Amino acid sequence: MPSPRYTREIPARYRLEAARCSGCSKVVFPIRRFCPSCRGEEFEKLTLSRKGKVVTSTVVHVPPDDFLMEAPYAMAVVETPEGARLMTQVVDCDPSAVLPGMDVALEFRLIRREGHSGILCYGHKGVPA
Amino acid sequence: MRDVAIVGAGMTRFGELWDQGLRDMFVEAASGALSDAGADRLDSLYVGCMSGGQFVGQEHLGPLMADHLGMTGVAAVHVESACASGGVALRQAFLEVGSGMSDLVLAAGVEKMNDGADVTNVLATAADQELEVYYGVTFPGLYAMIARAHMQHHGTTEEDLAWVAVKNHHHGAMNDKAQFRREVTPEQVMASSLVSEPLRLLHCSPVTDGAAAVLLCPLEMAKEFTDRPVKIVASGLASGSMALADRDDPAFLDAVQKSGQRAFEMADIGPPDVDVAEVHDCFTIAEICCIEALGFVEEGKGGPAARDGLTAIGGRIPVNTSGGLKSKGHPVGATGIAQTIEIFRQLQGEAGQRQVENARVGLAQNMGGSGASSVVHIFEGV
Repeated sequence: MPSPRYTREIPARYRLEAARCSGCSKVVFPIRRFCPSCRGEEFEKLTLSRKGKVVTSTVVHVPPDDFLMEAPYAMAVVETPEGARLMTQVVDCDPSAVLPGMDVALEFRLIRREGHSGILCYGHKGVPA
Repeated sequence: MRDVAIVGAGMTRFGELWDQGLRDMFVEAASGALSDAGADRLDSLYVGCMSGGQFVGQEHLGPLMADHLGMTGVAAVHVESACASGGVALRQAFLEVGSGMSDLVLAAGVEKMNDGADVTNVLATAADQELEVYYGVTFPGLYAMIARAHMQHHGTTEEDLAWVAVKNHHHGAMNDKAQFRREVTPEQVMASSLVSEPLRLLHCSPVTDGAAAVLLCPLEMAKEFTDRPVKIVASGLASGSMALADRDDPAFLDAVQKSGQRAFEMADIGPPDVDVAEVHDCFTIAEICCIEALGFVEEGKGGPAARDGLTAIGGRIPVNTSGGLKSKGHPVGATGIAQTIEIFRQLQGEAGQRQVENARVGLAQNMGGSGASSVVHIFEGV
């Protein structure tokens, strides 16, 4: 994969930058041109809190190649206090304890080493709050 | 629009077809559909395929398949909407015949999944790469999260999920095209290995090679080709949020509901009028969510449907009489057409041991990704 992709995706992935729609107040993450709720184009930027609650989750036992060494691992949809939802791994705990309603903190971590060249890919992971 | 009918069908066996490549499977299915109808010409063909490019390194499937069918020169195009590619190919063929643009159009689907590609990674391209796959989620992982949300909101149990597999394997055991022609017990399903909790191996459709094709023409020409044409009375297509995190309720498949509503409106009928349905059971939880979103059962009440016999042959609304994706197999691009063939045979009264008595109206629902696209067709025996 070409490395410019990683540069492009930094504001959301590395800094949790989001936006609140001026029309309908929906929090959009990552930032988009059009609000998915009302199609508005006016936004006010905000940074998500580095915490949230698990909405739904799973424990992946059969992983993609880049994650072979980590399985089994927990994945969850986490909702931040601002109402944004993101897909993330939840680590530093028993994966089977990651269930809906669990409080997590979001920490900046190494996510994967991609492909043969092993590009280091960073982002956020959940840890027990 | 003109009335449109299906007049012929052909498909390969579904399974690990080591002696057949992508083009061989297509040609077997497509020539089968043509000879079933006694047709020797085509105006146009559509090939549904999720990812010939990634599974076997082959794109540009329209002309390739026309060439190998001995029909170089016809209009031919590849259609992609992930696992809904076949259903969308059917829709394109339906629109082309319905519009009056063409008379004889082939809608086909094909996928070669067992030629060495990393299937988990290729399938994951149908999810959101930036927001989901990057973090290590797989397709079973996404549906597992849908399942856990359904359990949380509606009290659905692992046993409910298991019964979907039991029921579909029971149907598939009677289908000579099916990849897994055998019964499974709830105990076997619940003891199978974990793939992504709470989903186990026997909750998941398999990795499959296969192809399927149907021939469409205007209803007024149909009797030239068959005594028992089946009319396509409606087509509904809808899109939904790509990423699971962007859906208010992860346990509800919005695009499936919209595609169903559009089709029911076009057909001017409702869910109780349907006698037999094929729905997209790529995972057991998907069948539960789809029968809810299509309105066959109330929202949240899909869990016990298979266990209670509601969706078995002989039940109130038989679902996946072919064995579904679970038992028949899921060569992703071919699935939507294979579902159509099951409904075609049911409405012709030629489904053999799997025949639903007095089946007159049938429905096929095919979806892509974790439900970001869904296409529904409604059919009527003539």
